[in-house]
Amino acid sequence: MFAYLLRRLIYAIPILIGVNFITFALFFMVNSPDNIARAQLGSRHVTTEQIQLWKKQHGYDQPLFKNNEVTGFQKYTQTLFFEKSVDLFSFNFGKSDQGRDISRDIGERMWPSLALAIPTLIVGLLLNITIALFVSLFRGTFFDHSTMILCVVMMSISGLFYVIIGQFLFAKMLQWVPISGYQNGWQAWRFLILPVLIGVISGVGAGVRWYRAIFLEEMNKEYVRTARAKGLSPWVVLSKHVLKNGMIPILTGIVVVIPMLFLGSLIMESFFGVPGLGSYTIDAIQAQDFEIVRAMVFLGTVLYIIGLILTDISYVLVDPRVKLNN
Amino acid sequence: MSAANRGDFGREFVHLNMLITDWLVWFFLAIAIAFFIYAATQPHWREPWQRLLKNRIATISIVILGFYFVLGLLDCVHFMQGSQLVSLLDLILKPLQHGDEKTYSAPFSLNLYSINDPQRLKYATSHLIDISQRPADIFKHVVIGFFEGLISGLFIIVLLTALLSFIKKYSAKHSLSKLIRGKTINAWRPAVLVFLFIWVIIFICGNLAAYYHVLGTDKVGYDVLYQAVKSIRTGLLIGTLTTIFMLPLAIILGLAAGYFSGWPDDVIQYLYTTLSSIPGVLLISASVLVMQIYIAGHPELFPSIAERADARLLALCFILGITSWASLCRLLRAETLKLRELEYIQAAQVLGVSRFAILWRHLLPNVLHIILITIVLDFSGLVLAEAVLSYVGVGVDPTTLSWGNMINSSRLELAREPIVWWPLCAALVFMFGLVLSANLLSDALRDALDPRLKD
Repeated sequence: MFAYLLRRLIYAIPILIGVNFITFALFFMVNSPDNIARAQLGSRHVTTEQIQLWKKQHGYDQPLFKNNEVTGFQKYTQTLFFEKSVDLFSFNFGKSDQGRDISRDIGERMWPSLALAIPTLIVGLLLNITIALFVSLFRGTFFDHSTMILCVVMMSISGLFYVIIGQFLFAKMLQWVPISGYQNGWQAWRFLILPVLIGVISGVGAGVRWYRAIFLEEMNKEYVRTARAKGLSPWVVLSKHVLKNGMIPILTGIVVVIPMLFLGSLIMESFFGVPGLGSYTIDAIQAQDFEIVRAMVFLGTVLYIIGLILTDISYVLVDPRVKLNN
Repeated sequence: MSAANRGDFGREFVHLNMLITDWLVWFFLAIAIAFFIYAATQPHWREPWQRLLKNRIATISIVILGFYFVLGLLDCVHFMQGSQLVSLLDLILKPLQHGDEKTYSAPFSLNLYSINDPQRLKYATSHLIDISQRPADIFKHVVIGFFEGLISGLFIIVLLTALLSFIKKYSAKHSLSKLIRGKTINAWRPAVLVFLFIWVIIFICGNLAAYYHVLGTDKVGYDVLYQAVKSIRTGLLIGTLTTIFMLPLAIILGLAAGYFSGWPDDVIQYLYTTLSSIPGVLLISASVLVMQIYIAGHPELFPSIAERADARLLALCFILGITSWASLCRLLRAETLKLRELEYIQAAQVLGVSRFAILWRHLLPNVLHIILITIVLDFSGLVLAEAVLSYVGVGVDPTTLSWGNMINSSRLELAREPIVWWPLCAALVFMFGLVLSANLLSDALRDALDPRLKD
């Protein structure tokens, strides 16, 4: 198991290099260091010397991929790509274009993101699984069909609709909760309850369908027939056997998203003014702040890979038949 | 494109001036038609197709999607009229273009939407003297529209039935009576009823729209119904063009990875693992950002606003396509790995059929159903994604009419007192219709094509 994990971690390195290369190429090929310098210094009345100075100060004065002025291995290490990558790999994200420390920003903004994402995940999961269990209990009935149609209808509504209508109804008309904003500490619940609710509702359609499919697949298996044949009631079979076995795909599906919770939800956070990483990213995108977007892409990839490895581990923990030897 | 500056000889000098996306949509349509002709000749495709058409929900969705596609395709034939770039759809929507009012006005309203200064509208409803005449006038137009729509709709249905019966050498009377009694093999009666319903609605709206702003006007006084209908094109483009960019990558790489194991498999797997490791929204936003900077930095490439907006739309589809091929590629690779071991492929190899021929003739046809399901399934997701991306600020050009832009610009108006709800509702309802019918169709398609569900 340990050897397997080690190998998975080593596999992650070329992927991270690849991701890093993609983002680097995206940003620096179109937006050359000269352009960045010009944008930062203000586009008018900038002399070449000023640009050179700025590039030197901010470490943009190396060539992109290959340095022909030096020899040997340094040809590749004394380049912008190498230096920027080393910074990222050591999680030193540097400064944003506004001069703020990105690592510290991320450390601060992580918590509001989690405060929003974790309740949404848990409540959504419980609700979706409960509904899906009921629906699969009444498989083929009118209840099943109408719930499924309702699910498709809910899936077809734009997520923006839920946010806009929810905000309008609960915050503006009924004034139960503030429209947007955030407060640290326990007082945050007043601000979080609406986005959590909306996040759960907008995910119900797809979630119930997904879990129902999992349960139905389990219910078609032999052991369910055996359990029914020996006289267990459908409800007992469902809650004791099907739910337990269905947990394997459910759990592994969740584990992969857990690390991604740190990234927050772009839409929810920016609509509700939650100062998390999602709104951080959106602000950076709208302000065209490359350093932040690059850091977030890298962070997201690292978290995704961690999620995949955790998924493998959880397979072993949940399903004794799985062994991670090869 | 150079035709744009040849310009204005006569008063109504008209010549075709297609945008790049227009050509690509027609190209997509040609491929789709080619596929249907192919599928119609293949017995193993005819069977799921018939199963699909027996499904009521499927035929209804096809009719609704058909309306969207016809409107969208009409909007994909552009030409210069004088110095203006217009599409066929613009000509049809002529009655909706009364001219722009000053600002918001509610649906069917006579006045501007303003408490302090509710002026009369400048263009619409000028035939009425005051509001007491309105109910009778609306009723009159609804009745006229209803009968126009009903008669023309029925005429089309009878004509089509007669034509089809003539081709298949049935008696037209017999087919019609079967259709009315709902005794056709395929679920045609519900589909025909939905067709008639939408057709009548269109005629009613068309009749009303000549005199009223049926869905009101927006902040700068544009007719909302006109915007919502024009936005269909953007939604369809994003849904279809993205697949054009995605499919070649996914099919070629997926089949190659599955069939040639060894280093091609490793390289392709590395490629799609790397690409799918990057969180989708971030990758898309980053790419769009870069693209925006490129377009802003090279204004000489895009002479007109329409062409710049078009280039942005195309680039957005391209980016969405590049970032979304990984999942289909993975599916195709897995399926090819399975198929490769089957006897008929082994037999082909032993008989000395070339690798390319095996891929083209034996593997590709057997993964087509996966590709078809994915296209329809992705379509609705892409239409929804457009709205979200426009909200984030990395969607289509702000000058392009799209549901995302409509929602985005009218979102804050709910906070106004009194609230302005109609642009938002119009965009959401139009989008909902398209996405719902695509979702329902993809469900039905999967049921019809998935051999595992076949008992």
